[in-house]
Amino acid sequence: MISFSQVTKRYPGGLEALRQVSLTIEAGQMVFITGHSGAGKSTLLKLMAALERPSSGSVVVNGQNVAALRPRAVPFLRRNFGLIFQDQKLLFDRTAFDNVMLPLAITGFERREAVRRVRAALDKVGLLAKEKAYPVRLSGGEQQRLAIARAIVHRPAILLADEPTGNLDAAYAAEIGELFRSFNQVGVTVVIATHDETLAARLKPRLIVLKEGRVAQ
Amino acid sequence: MKAWLWHQLDSLATTLARFGRAPIVTLLNVGVIGIALALPVGLYVALDNLRGVVRTLASDPQLSVFLALDAGPADAAQIEARLKQHAAVREVRYVPRDQALKELKASTGLADVVDSLPSNPLPDAFVVQPRNAAPEALEQLRDEVSGWPKVTHVQLDAAWARRLEAGLKVARLAVWLLATLFAFALVAVTFNTIRLQILTRREEIEVSKLIGATDFFIRRPFLYFGALQGLAGGIAAWAIIWAGLQLLNHGLADLSRLYATQIALRHLSLDDSVSLLLFSAGLGWFGAWLSVDQHLARIEPR
Repeated sequence: MISFSQVTKRYPGGLEALRQVSLTIEAGQMVFITGHSGAGKSTLLKLMAALERPSSGSVVVNGQNVAALRPRAVPFLRRNFGLIFQDQKLLFDRTAFDNVMLPLAITGFERREAVRRVRAALDKVGLLAKEKAYPVRLSGGEQQRLAIARAIVHRPAILLADEPTGNLDAAYAAEIGELFRSFNQVGVTVVIATHDETLAARLKPRLIVLKEGRVAQ
Repeated sequence: MKAWLWHQLDSLATTLARFGRAPIVTLLNVGVIGIALALPVGLYVALDNLRGVVRTLASDPQLSVFLALDAGPADAAQIEARLKQHAAVREVRYVPRDQALKELKASTGLADVVDSLPSNPLPDAFVVQPRNAAPEALEQLRDEVSGWPKVTHVQLDAAWARRLEAGLKVARLAVWLLATLFAFALVAVTFNTIRLQILTRREEIEVSKLIGATDFFIRRPFLYFGALQGLAGGIAAWAIIWAGLQLLNHGLADLSRLYATQIALRHLSLDDSVSLLLFSAGLGWFGAWLSVDQHLARIEPR
């Protein structure tokens, strides 16, 4: 489903975030990418979603070479993913409901079906009662769950999460971990960049450890 | 299809909501565009009205033929006969010098001055309606009649109207130049409004790009905004001119009562009004498009 071969990512200024990385993630897997800060975890995720282009090597997602993708095709590639960020990237000028509606609005979903799906996604993360609340009124854990609802509402095949539990205390982190497990159980490929070892111990995922831009094991 | 339509309506609703969120700014922008458009369009309306008046005047040209002061009744009769036989003449009216003096006394209020004159200074005259109103035909007739004995002067009465009409053509050109300049202003205002909007909506654009929005999707609300703002500006311009004409017509009502004629300024025709609105909306769209094209590419999610 996702395969990297000989991928190197060099940032302007000469920093090499990834060096000759080759790996394959199969459909339906739950994968944790771990390593120290600056080991290249975030870069790896960004390359998958075409937020960055590799300096050399190829990144193939669903049979498409991301490096060779035309700019016009990039949005359609991104619709395969549900993206979750440490800083959530919620829009604070609209309600929880409207935040989750955004991916469906973008793909031009039929209104009634869209409303139904948004409610289902909010229900899944336990925020249905707060659909009219603005993100500022939500706690950190609720904001992260809202971001997850937005990431899954269009039912993507792959969920990419960058430090999803980074800012949360243990109880909230455990809740989030359970959510990821449940998505994985219905066949969603889940890729999480994290250094949360408790979460790894709980979910028992496949581990990819990065060390100074290389795959360590 | 239904989803597409819902989507368009949704964009439109979002756009209208943006207007509503910053009512003062929106009002000012629409005002600026409205005034910028009202100037050339108002001039156009003024010219259009003037042209209507000039056309009625110019379409009814007359020649005044003045005889020499020493011309007697026999000379006058001979010239009248000659005019009546002329192929280019439709109608001739004889104005004897005594009658001309009486008319002068009656119509100008110069009775005292006229009475103090030792003798009648006015010559006999003919008012000639030509068959052909074309300027060349009139000038030819004037030149010919001027050469006749006992004729001192032939006056082309509508000449000033024709000159004015030619002048109006130049003025029309000026209106178009002005319109082009102000169209530029409209595009610039829209460009800047959209630039500010893109800056304030940076986060939304970034997130939308992250979750797979096409450029087209992101552009659409801005283009709608530009077009709607332009349209609102066009409506404002139309209303400004309408209000101006109402005021002028109010004043003109007194004037037309004095002259016992119907003088009223007309507003833009339906065709012209629709053109104005389409034009302003189109320019707004164009300004937005330029702005979006310039600024959107620079926002890439990281």
